Amino acid sequence: MITLDSVSKWYGKFQVLTDCTTAVNKGDVVVVCGPSGSGKSTLIKCINALEPFQKGSIFVDGTSVGRAKTDLPKLRSKVGMVFQHFELFPHLSIINNLTIAPIKVLKRSKDEAIEKAMQLLDRVGLKSQAQKFPGQLSGGQQQRVAIARALTMDPIVMLFDEPTSALDPEMVSEVLDVMVELAHEGMTMMVVSHEMGFAHKVADRVIFMDQGCIVEDTSKEEFFGSARSERAQQFLSKILSH
Amino acid sequence: MGKYNWNWNIFFEEVATGGEKYYQWLLSGLGWTVATALCAWVIALIFGFLVGVIRTTPIKWLSIAGDAYVELFRNIPLIVQMFLWFFVLPDLLPQAAGDWLKQDMPLPEFTTAVVSLAFFTSSRLAEQVKTGILTLPLGQRNAGLAVGFTLPQVYRYVLLPMAFRIIIPPLTSEFMNVFKNSSVALTIGLLELTAQARQMNEYTFQGFETFTIATVLYVIVAFTANRFMALIEYRVRVPGYIGGGR
Amino acid sequence: MGDFDFDVIQRSLPYLWKGMQYTLTLTLTAMTGGIFFGTFLAMAKLSVIPPLSIVASAYVNLMRSIPLVLVIFWFYFLVPLLVQGITGATEPVPVGSDQTALVSFTLFEIAFYCEIIRAGIQSIPQGQVSAGKAVGFTYAQLMFYIVLPQAFRNMIPLLLTQTIVLFQDTSLVYVISVTDFLGAAAKVAQRDSRLVEMYSFVAVIYFLISFTLSQIVRRLQLKISIATR
Repeated sequence: MITLDSVSKWYGKFQVLTDCTTAVNKGDVVVVCGPSGSGKSTLIKCINALEPFQKGSIFVDGTSVGRAKTDLPKLRSKVGMVFQHFELFPHLSIINNLTIAPIKVLKRSKDEAIEKAMQLLDRVGLKSQAQKFPGQLSGGQQQRVAIARALTMDPIVMLFDEPTSALDPEMVSEVLDVMVELAHEGMTMMVVSHEMGFAHKVADRVIFMDQGCIVEDTSKEEFFGSARSERAQQFLSKILSH
Repeated sequence: MGKYNWNWNIFFEEVATGGEKYYQWLLSGLGWTVATALCAWVIALIFGFLVGVIRTTPIKWLSIAGDAYVELFRNIPLIVQMFLWFFVLPDLLPQAAGDWLKQDMPLPEFTTAVVSLAFFTSSRLAEQVKTGILTLPLGQRNAGLAVGFTLPQVYRYVLLPMAFRIIIPPLTSEFMNVFKNSSVALTIGLLELTAQARQMNEYTFQGFETFTIATVLYVIVAFTANRFMALIEYRVRVPGYIGGGR
Repeated sequence: MGDFDFDVIQRSLPYLWKGMQYTLTLTLTAMTGGIFFGTFLAMAKLSVIPPLSIVASAYVNLMRSIPLVLVIFWFYFLVPLLVQGITGATEPVPVGSDQTALVSFTLFEIAFYCEIIRAGIQSIPQGQVSAGKAVGFTYAQLMFYIVLPQAFRNMIPLLLTQTIVLFQDTSLVYVISVTDFLGAAAKVAQRDSRLVEMYSFVAVIYFLISFTLSQIVRRLQLKISIATR
């Protein structure tokens, strides 16, 4: 589904990604973790071309992300993304947040879009909030809406950029529950996160990044059981200690 | 100052040149002021938003062009700009066009005033639009792109609606300014309110009354403009957003 | 446009320079008067004595609602009468337009500088005022030693920007036929029928001066924001 091959990226003279190579197969749930500044958010943003990269190649469902001629909006409409700060559109009601892209990008009819949106809102447990505005919802609620918004586009893969990092601790589980359910339904997911509990539960593979490089890229069992690199071991011990 | 002859009835007296009453002069001036200001404002909004948006795009040459546009109209006094449009432009154009501007164009003073005021105001609006857009978190642009919007769609559905609401206070200021700035057009012969007040004073020497009423009229216009924008702000407010109210 | 007469510009440079001198004088006078009296007006506006703050607010709102051109006409008409009243003369005293312009602009700018200074004063954290009171400062000492120095440092870029706006606004003395930079150029333009050359020259000079000054202010703003980090 997604392949990255020797991807490198520079901000000016500073190299933020170095020769990153990995793949995400259909149905896989891959968790990307690592310390701050390791480049994991940048990497995931390269996949749907929100960030450009200078070397290497990325393919999503056979389409090259780096090529100049690629129809990026079309590509992005197939890739769902959930942001750390939710990024709902504050001037639109919840239901409109969910229907605007299907209507304008996928050219669905208004009724179709609303029906689907209400289904998804129901699924994330927020059907009653449809007419409210993002500013009136809690962080956890906003993030669940954000997940629903990505799902209305019927994506083939979902990207998550630290989806729970900006949430109060008590709201983290309501969002993770939705993500776990999504994983169990077979959605292909790539999740940048510190939530090792989530990784333990549903991940197929874990990628560990440090200073712009992919240091570990193994199955979940291997990672938690016997991670090979010292850096990963350090990281795990710090994270899992509380 | 007891030597001054007060005469508040002067407004209802007939003008020295006959036919009208003095208050009609002032009303006519007020009409031209409002007409000039509103026409200029509409044009300024269009260009201002366009240039403001252009200045925030990633296309380098476009954003530099936008910056140049703003710097050009911002660093030359309005009166000088009006002189350039009115006196200099017709001579710079090819003969036929220049002649049309000078002789055949209808309402030359009004048209020139509107065009000049529009470009001047649009550069200030462009600055505010750019600031408003840049105030929005980068995540909004990314979220818009992530659902598959093209960049123009991102501006239209995500960035501009919120940027507009953010810049309503400075926008209100500019809206009030455009009415005041229309007075500069008296230098190219437009008989707007201040011009009429000056003229009335020259004929009647009743400066206090004349200028007081002119002042009152401007204050009323400013107040109305301000309240109009407040109404717009109320109508477009976003529930739950800062200042949006629930 | 083949016969652009650079010569007329060159010949009138001395005369234009005299006009520019007036422009600069007017700018500096209105700026100093505006900032000096504007500070008092700002304090009046923020004062707890109702009549003081109401009058100050009314003055500021009035000056911001009416065009500068109208203010110029007002004082052009009013100053001779005021002088007559003060000196007890029998007729309105003819006061040169040059002088009435100085009065008009200063009084107009006071309102605008006042708003900048008021915002600056209000941006000083309450903690500073408390600390000053705690050591026993009177209101005057508090303002003079604690609040105003800090407020002004923050406000310098905005004050300078307002001055650049003022510099451009001085061109409006044209309406009472004062010979400032624009006025001088206009007189030459009309006398020699060289409107294109003179007005273009005026535009270029205003642009160069305003643009350069605003770039300097921008750099200053960066320096200040780095220094206060």
